[in-house]
Amino acid sequence: MDVLVNNLPLFLSGFFTTIKLFLISAVGSLVLGTILAMLRVSPVPVFRAAATVYVTLLRNTPLTLVFFFFAFAFPLLKIVSPDSFSYFVAAITALILYTSAFICEVVRSGINTVPVGQAEASRALGLSFGQMLSNVVLPQALRSVVPPLVSTLIALLKNTTIAAGFSVAEAGAIRSTLSERGADTMVGLLWVALFFVVLVIPMTLLQRSLEKRWSVAR
Amino acid sequence: MAGIEIAELSTVYPNGVRAVDGLDLTVADGEFFALLGPSGCGKTTLLRTMAGLEQASEGAVRIGDRDVTRLDPGARRVAMVFQDYALFPHMTVAENIAYPLRVRRMSKVSQRDAAERTSAGLSLGALLDRRPGQLSGGQQQRVALARAIAVEADVLLLDEPLSNLDARLRLEARTFLKKLQRDLGLTTVFVTHDQAEALALADRIAVMESGSIRQLGSPKEVFQRPVDTFVANFIGSTPMNLLDGLIADGMVEVAGARLAPPEGLDLVEGTPVVAGIRPEYLRVVPGAQEVTEGVAGILGAVAIVENLGVTSLVTIECADGTLVGLTVPEQHEPAVGTRLCVVPEAGRLLLYGGEDGLLLSARPSDHSAEFDRSRA
Repeated sequence: MDVLVNNLPLFLSGFFTTIKLFLISAVGSLVLGTILAMLRVSPVPVFRAAATVYVTLLRNTPLTLVFFFFAFAFPLLKIVSPDSFSYFVAAITALILYTSAFICEVVRSGINTVPVGQAEASRALGLSFGQMLSNVVLPQALRSVVPPLVSTLIALLKNTTIAAGFSVAEAGAIRSTLSERGADTMVGLLWVALFFVVLVIPMTLLQRSLEKRWSVAR
Repeated sequence: MAGIEIAELSTVYPNGVRAVDGLDLTVADGEFFALLGPSGCGKTTLLRTMAGLEQASEGAVRIGDRDVTRLDPGARRVAMVFQDYALFPHMTVAENIAYPLRVRRMSKVSQRDAAERTSAGLSLGALLDRRPGQLSGGQQQRVALARAIAVEADVLLLDEPLSNLDARLRLEARTFLKKLQRDLGLTTVFVTHDQAEALALADRIAVMESGSIRQLGSPKEVFQRPVDTFVANFIGSTPMNLLDGLIADGMVEVAGARLAPPEGLDLVEGTPVVAGIRPEYLRVVPGAQEVTEGVAGILGAVAIVENLGVTSLVTIECADGTLVGLTVPEQHEPAVGTRLCVVPEAGRLLLYGGEDGLLLSARPSDHSAEFDRSRA
């Protein structure tokens, strides 16, 4: 308890950064992942190919390498000004790009569970491809993939700790600061683990309530 | 309101199957039209090509005076009801019906009006806030019909409309569907593999096989004068007797009997024919069990008796092994082994060519008779 109480500001700011990292990249990767999934089922071959290449590339690369790229290689390309591209922004970019590849595959598997008849009925009723996807197919697809979607988000939450290796002072970085201060790092780590459990529980609850509310009888 | 005109239409699938093969068809304005055939005959593909869900490979589809061959499904002003209804499970009944109208940028008020109007006509008023998953099969079908009707299309297309309902409900829905179509006066084409359904519902029927139409006519014409043995075999809840025979001395020799041929036919001695008689049109000759040669009746011993409720289907086996079916009133059901002599009712014997299986006809073929509203 002493470790926690004595270093409370450290813990608090660490977790605040973790939550910020998580929320921004969760929203970002849900949006980007859904767009990628739409591209992967689009009737235009170029879109399909581009999204497939993206997913293959990002899903098969270790997250640490993606982080390395955005922390060190990407600034050298001077595409954006190095001042605005802090390690925090780099971390968010890496997390979004990496996680959206997984979200894309989850959403796509959901799209595949929607019967073909739904798409045909939409066409027969005069819906455009976009209207069909956004109003008929995606709402049904997302409902059927709540559990894997939440799992992916939980993985994202824990992946935020990798940012610690890149000077982003989030929860995973607390340990190194603690050891500099000479506190008991083992106990500190237990507190960190407990915090993550506390963060994940609401997501599990959210998953359950969404599953219940969105359950659709066919 | 509009009729449908189909000219030399072919729909070829990427694997080379010509599901619809150079087909011509005209459906009149306001007509209730059935596409009937066994599975794989191309009837559903034809319907889907009308709807625009399949791309026509050759030929044209016209609805009213518009050529819709290359139009998207949504631009054709057709409404389609799918076999499994394809209702949107995440929307309520009201949203399902109104959604296509919202897409057409109708005002909120007219959306609600149209939804309420159509749902009242289909007695769905109390179900507007339910979701499709909470409805029975019959209710789901009515929602699908309401969704299709609400867009006020020119043509209504139904893919196997009754096949997902259980037997009891199917009869109710059939009556309901016929009344609805009559009330709306909407040109309606439906696909079915159930000949009884086609006979009961349609003003005219097209019997299809291998992507083309074998016979086109009113239910009466198709039932009473099938143009070939394929149609003869397909139509009727009890299969038509198709018996191999021969023309001899101006009579039809079949199963050991000599039957009088239909009038007005030019028959060549010795040509093989197929005699077609429906089981319903065969009568037992009373007291003729022991007659042998020279009688104009088919002699045989009762082999199988199947009770159909009001009638029984009796199968007799003739001396040469030919099996002939006939229906008798259930109370006159004969015992197995009884010897019977049966004759066709006057004018009910049909003759088909022994080789081509085509109906031998004295009159010019009348199977392409135009649809006549007053007669229907």
